[in-house]
Amino acid sequence: MTAVLEIEGLQKSYRSRRRGTRNALDGFDMRVEAGQVHGFLGPNGSGKTTTLRTLLGLIRPDGGRMRLLDHEVPADLSAVAGQVGAIVESPQFFPHFTARETLSLLATAGQVRSTRIDEVLELVGLRDRSRERVKTYSLGMKQRLAVASALLKDPRLLILDEPANGLDPGGIREMRALMRNLAEAGTTVLLSSHILAEIQLICDSVTIISLGRRVAFGPVEKVLAAHSAGTVRVRLEAVADLPEAGEALTRAGFRVTREPDHLLLEGVEEAAMVTRLLAGQGLYVSELVWVDADLESVFLELTATAPAPGQSRQVDQSARPAMVGQRSAGGWGA
Amino acid sequence: MSLYRAELRRLVLRRLTRWATVLGLAVLATVAVGVFLSNQKIDDAARAKAQVAAEQYWQQQVRQTEELRAECEQAAARGDQSDRFPPDCSQISPPPRDVYPAEQYLPTTFDFRASFGQTLMALAGILALVGFVVGSSFVGAEWNTGGMMTMLLWRPKRVTVLLTKLAALLTGLLALAVTTTVLWFGSFWLIATTRGSTEGMTAGAWQSFALAGLRGVVLALVAAALGFGLASLGRHTAMALGGAVGVVVVGQVGLGVLLDLIEAKFIAAWLLPTYVQAWVEKEVVLQDWQLCQRNPFGPCEPETLTLTWQHSSGLLVVGLVLILGGACWAIRRRDIS
Ligand SMILES: Nc1ncnc2c1ncn2[C@@H]1O[C@H](COP(=O)(O)OP(=O)(O)O)[C@@H](O)[C@H]1O
Ligand SMILES: [Mg+2]
Repeated sequence: MTAVLEIEGLQKSYRSRRRGTRNALDGFDMRVEAGQVHGFLGPNGSGKTTTLRTLLGLIRPDGGRMRLLDHEVPADLSAVAGQVGAIVESPQFFPHFTARETLSLLATAGQVRSTRIDEVLELVGLRDRSRERVKTYSLGMKQRLAVASALLKDPRLLILDEPANGLDPGGIREMRALMRNLAEAGTTVLLSSHILAEIQLICDSVTIISLGRRVAFGPVEKVLAAHSAGTVRVRLEAVADLPEAGEALTRAGFRVTREPDHLLLEGVEEAAMVTRLLAGQGLYVSELVWVDADLESVFLELTATAPAPGQSRQVDQSARPAMVGQRSAGGWGA
Repeated sequence: MSLYRAELRRLVLRRLTRWATVLGLAVLATVAVGVFLSNQKIDDAARAKAQVAAEQYWQQQVRQTEELRAECEQAAARGDQSDRFPPDCSQISPPPRDVYPAEQYLPTTFDFRASFGQTLMALAGILALVGFVVGSSFVGAEWNTGGMMTMLLWRPKRVTVLLTKLAALLTGLLALAVTTTVLWFGSFWLIATTRGSTEGMTAGAWQSFALAGLRGVVLALVAAALGFGLASLGRHTAMALGGAVGVVVVGQVGLGVLLDLIEAKFIAAWLLPTYVQAWVEKEVVLQDWQLCQRNPFGPCEPETLTLTWQHSSGLLVVGLVLILGGACWAIRRRDIS
């Protein structure tokens, strides 16, 4: 497999006179193989947009190496810019121009044949509205226009920063189909998102970032498998006993998630420990199964951003990757 | 080249470009129409009428003087010593006829050779204003709306993108300024032939007007480039416009008041509009009357200071280099987010 995108040890800190420095990227690594749809996951403020901006030459890194389509960037960016279509953080367009004018100006500047404009408008579903001003578009329509502008170059690598923003369910499904088609036609797609179900459905592989460091990466099934160990679902004979059982298990050191009719326990080594403990309290288990984690719980675990009852989590309260690294040993760690 | 074509098209598509152009042209047309309406051609009938008017006015003055002298003599006969009248009533004499030349009673007329030069200043001023506004919004709006970022995803060479944009702006503005200037020459030539005179237009006079018109066009281009540079530095149209208003109002008015307080010489030499005027009109002669005030005896010759267009060009070049250089440096160095 060849990599179309490689990042090693990327560093970026934002300096502000009032708030000092903020390490947005702290030795971040990433690798995207050709022809894949790669998911780039992370909580808000973890550094996804910063990574993509740095990659595209919009901001200057403080350290690290980056390669795009076999060229060192930012040094050789001009050589690859024509093959990389990108949208970075809901892109804005000049509000008084129509979609067609906007695309046609870009096509002229980038020496793209003008028939391509109609093709991409058709692809993103804006054909019939293309002569209206961008100002009159809804958020989702602007997002579609943004994707159209990225597709205009017929790119080998398509980078989309939270493309599902503002799209309706139909739009999200269309976007998914579009990306699948592009990938089948040989385009590599890098998709940043915090919508996990989305990534799980369409991505071949993922990179998970937390506080500017990679906390897990690899094919989706492998990441899931590596982190699903030790999770069980517990049902009791009487639903009314769930709170009591939950407290008892929490006291015993399990991580407990309460659902309406069952409990999810993480960090379980032997199922018997759970049954013995509950039986000792006079609570009887009616069902106990090992569950495969979904990407959401892996994500929440790795980035430690699961909501805790009675607390409001602040945006930068995520896992320190060094800490997570121990738990996610086995090749997936940072 | 493709980028240049795209930017040129963007410039023409922009609403602000169109509105500023229309507004500028409307103001200039109003000036031309005003000049046309307030001037008249001088023919024999007008000259005869002026002759009559001058004669009438002079006779009225003579009558009034005689009445005054009569009053003076009466007062002297009464032995009135008040200083309402001079001691010798014969000092009150009627004005000679030639104090009231007929020319003063002619209607205003447009003398191309004498007056066209001043109208060029108005033309250059409006063109420069249009240039500044269009220039600053051309790049400022791109920064505001993120269009600049999108463009840099296509063309990563930042300085090239910025300078290509500037080149497109200057091309568009050059076309506008040259066309407008040619129309201005034409309109005023027409006004002079129908409502005044075109006498005395020697080759030298033409050359001097043509050069002034050219300097006006250059001024418009410089203003556009400055607006462009400021808006790119501040990454916002409002920064350029605000900066310009700030400099002009606070800086210049404040400086003027301050210099006035410390009784500096040649205050106008510190004010930008003086240099703009010197640039278009080739030179401005400043006078300083302070020395006269201290010496109340004898004739007063004010000190003079001549500012030429060469002085102004130095100022314009320094401004351009600083601001455009700064804009290029900033776009290379600063993160785009
Ligand atoms: N221009 C900036 N100046 C200062 N801090 C910034 C800037 N852009 C992003 N950051 C900070 O860097 C961190 C990462 O941001 P970002 O990459 O936008 O996160 P994400 O896209 O993953 O939500 C955040 O803490 C954010 O506040
Ligand atoms: Mg982001």
